[in-house]
Amino acid sequence: MGQEIMERIREANEAVITGIDDADIKHWVTIYIMGKAYRVPADITLMQAIEYAGYRFVRGAGCRAGFCGACATVYRVAGDWRLKAALACQTRVEDGMFLVQIPFAPAEKPTYDIETEPAEGSVLLKYFPELARCVACNTCTKACPQELEVMDYIQAALRGDLEAVTELSFDCIQCGLCSIRCPAEIVHYHAAQLARRLYGKSLPVPKHVEERVREVEEGKYGEEFERLMSLSREEIEELYKKEQREKGGLGSRDASRVTRNGQGEG
Amino acid sequence: MSNEAKAFIAPRASHVARHAADKSPSRVTRHALPYFPGCALKDQARGFERAAQAAMERLGYELAELPRWNCCGTVYSLSSDDLMRHVAPVRNFIRVQELGERRLVTLCAMCYNTLRRSARFVSTDPERLQRINAFMDEEPDYAGGVEVLHLLQLLRDEIGYEEIEARVERPLYGLKVAPYYGCMLLRPREVGIDDPDRPETMELLFEYLGAEAVDSPHKVECCGAYQTVANPEIARERVLEIVGAAARRGADLIVTSCPLCTYNLEHHQLSVPGDASHVTGDKSSTRHALPVTRHVIPILYFTQLLAFALGAPGEELGFEQAAVDPRPVLAQRVGG
Ligand code: SF4
Ligand code: SF4
Ligand code: FES
Repeated sequence: MGQEIMERIREANEAVITGIDDADIKHWVTIYIMGKAYRVPADITLMQAIEYAGYRFVRGAGCRAGFCGACATVYRVAGDWRLKAALACQTRVEDGMFLVQIPFAPAEKPTYDIETEPAEGSVLLKYFPELARCVACNTCTKACPQELEVMDYIQAALRGDLEAVTELSFDCIQCGLCSIRCPAEIVHYHAAQLARRLYGKSLPVPKHVEERVREVEEGKYGEEFERLMSLSREEIEELYKKEQREKGGLGSRDASRVTRNGQGEG
Repeated sequence: MSNEAKAFIAPRASHVARHAADKSPSRVTRHALPYFPGCALKDQARGFERAAQAAMERLGYELAELPRWNCCGTVYSLSSDDLMRHVAPVRNFIRVQELGERRLVTLCAMCYNTLRRSARFVSTDPERLQRINAFMDEEPDYAGGVEVLHLLQLLRDEIGYEEIEARVERPLYGLKVAPYYGCMLLRPREVGIDDPDRPETMELLFEYLGAEAVDSPHKVECCGAYQTVANPEIARERVLEIVGAAARRGADLIVTSCPLCTYNLEHHQLSVPGDASHVTGDKSSTRHALPVTRHVIPILYFTQLLAFALGAPGEELGFEQAAVDPRPVLAQRVGG
């Protein structure tokens, strides 16, 4: 068993550093992943470092671009008592980091019918009565990798201000870090999403959305869609790599691993 | 528009003329006061705030909403080592401090009570405050010294009832008003705005507005507060006594300073079925088996009565959420 894992780590390391000689890497740091020390290049993200160390993501990675919220990570840095939180794909390694990923926040998501709920603030407390437990400790705000004023949006929710919740939570990527830390056990992102839905419902449908829906219905994008759907796995991988190469950057090196691993054990 | 409604909207001409004359420029200066609304005033009790803004504007003050305020915590925690419960109030005091101000005005009796007691809690023990400050490491330290005021205190002690009287445009002659204090404005004594047994802050205010204050022994009793959720029968019993006592003394209106009191007074008085006498409560207990009269008395916030007397137009009085519309009785007694 141990033998097999070591073999896999070795294999994975090879894949990550393909084309880079360790001798070319000038700066190294030591990080601790779930308590085990790894020496990794200093200029890479937590996500790349985790892969460099030999792990393969079956959860905890998605867009690799700071949009999906799948890569929530908590860490401490040696000499600092603060428990910090970050997106692994957006944060650079620091020497002496202790980290672990929290790829999923257990959170109840109440079921509601947005069509029948009125666009009123009181709906929030109906589905999330625990909002009233907020003690204004601001821990959620400190945890948010998007640097949102999370406590402020919870406070706005408490007073039923749908517009303020919408504005303040708009960049939430549902990573769940706030909810993992909240002493009042509030599920911030689900409550905020309900607020945005209710608020959205109260607004007129924008022209450009109506326009796009019409285009979709008229089949403007149908052909391109059909083409993508008919491609083989290899063809899609090739397309993806090509696109990454055109964008440039590190993504090109990881491209094949994302798809392979995402499939493999997930 | 009915005559009744017209009378309601038009302030008395004679008063308008009298006060137009003595509005010297110095009186137009606005004093901005940091103001803590509280959650209920943004939702269930919007009229309370709306009318307060209208009234204070007419008195030359601006209630300036505290930036980034957070919920006061609603219920003051009685456990002396539960510092976490004081983080919310202290964070609000930091917001006041950041403005370079010393005072924070509230309207809701519940917020007043929680904030004022928390301010005392941290000021009487520097170690508590120090621990709270250490916990809130992302904020500047709270240095202490913010004074939490209820708007009634400001009206009484700073603006003064005579000044208010001079600005009345619709004197409330003929209107009988029963003040209802409940608990939070008066108890505990250290934070009460008046004598907990014999308060007269609201009585005097209403008299200066021209109304007759109806006294009732139940005005300082509890409305049942949150019992209304788990044991509604307790709240109902309390409310029927409070409302009944006011009604027997001829009150046209009951006036409060608390959204929860208002909810209970409105909700439970209306829970009595329409036919006048009715037996309420658990039939096995003789104590509850009393005939109950249905009363339908409008419950107002003191700011609404004040704004009305000061001549604020109908849309600034915020009567939309009132369970019993006060406009007919106001028009009947005062209008004309
Ligand atoms: S608000 Fe919460 S769920 Fe949303 S991005 Fe911030 S920490 Fe993540
Ligand atoms: S972590 Fe929870 S209790 Fe603390 S401020 Fe945020 S929502 Fe409120
Ligand atoms: S992988 Fe999507 S935000 Fe990091």
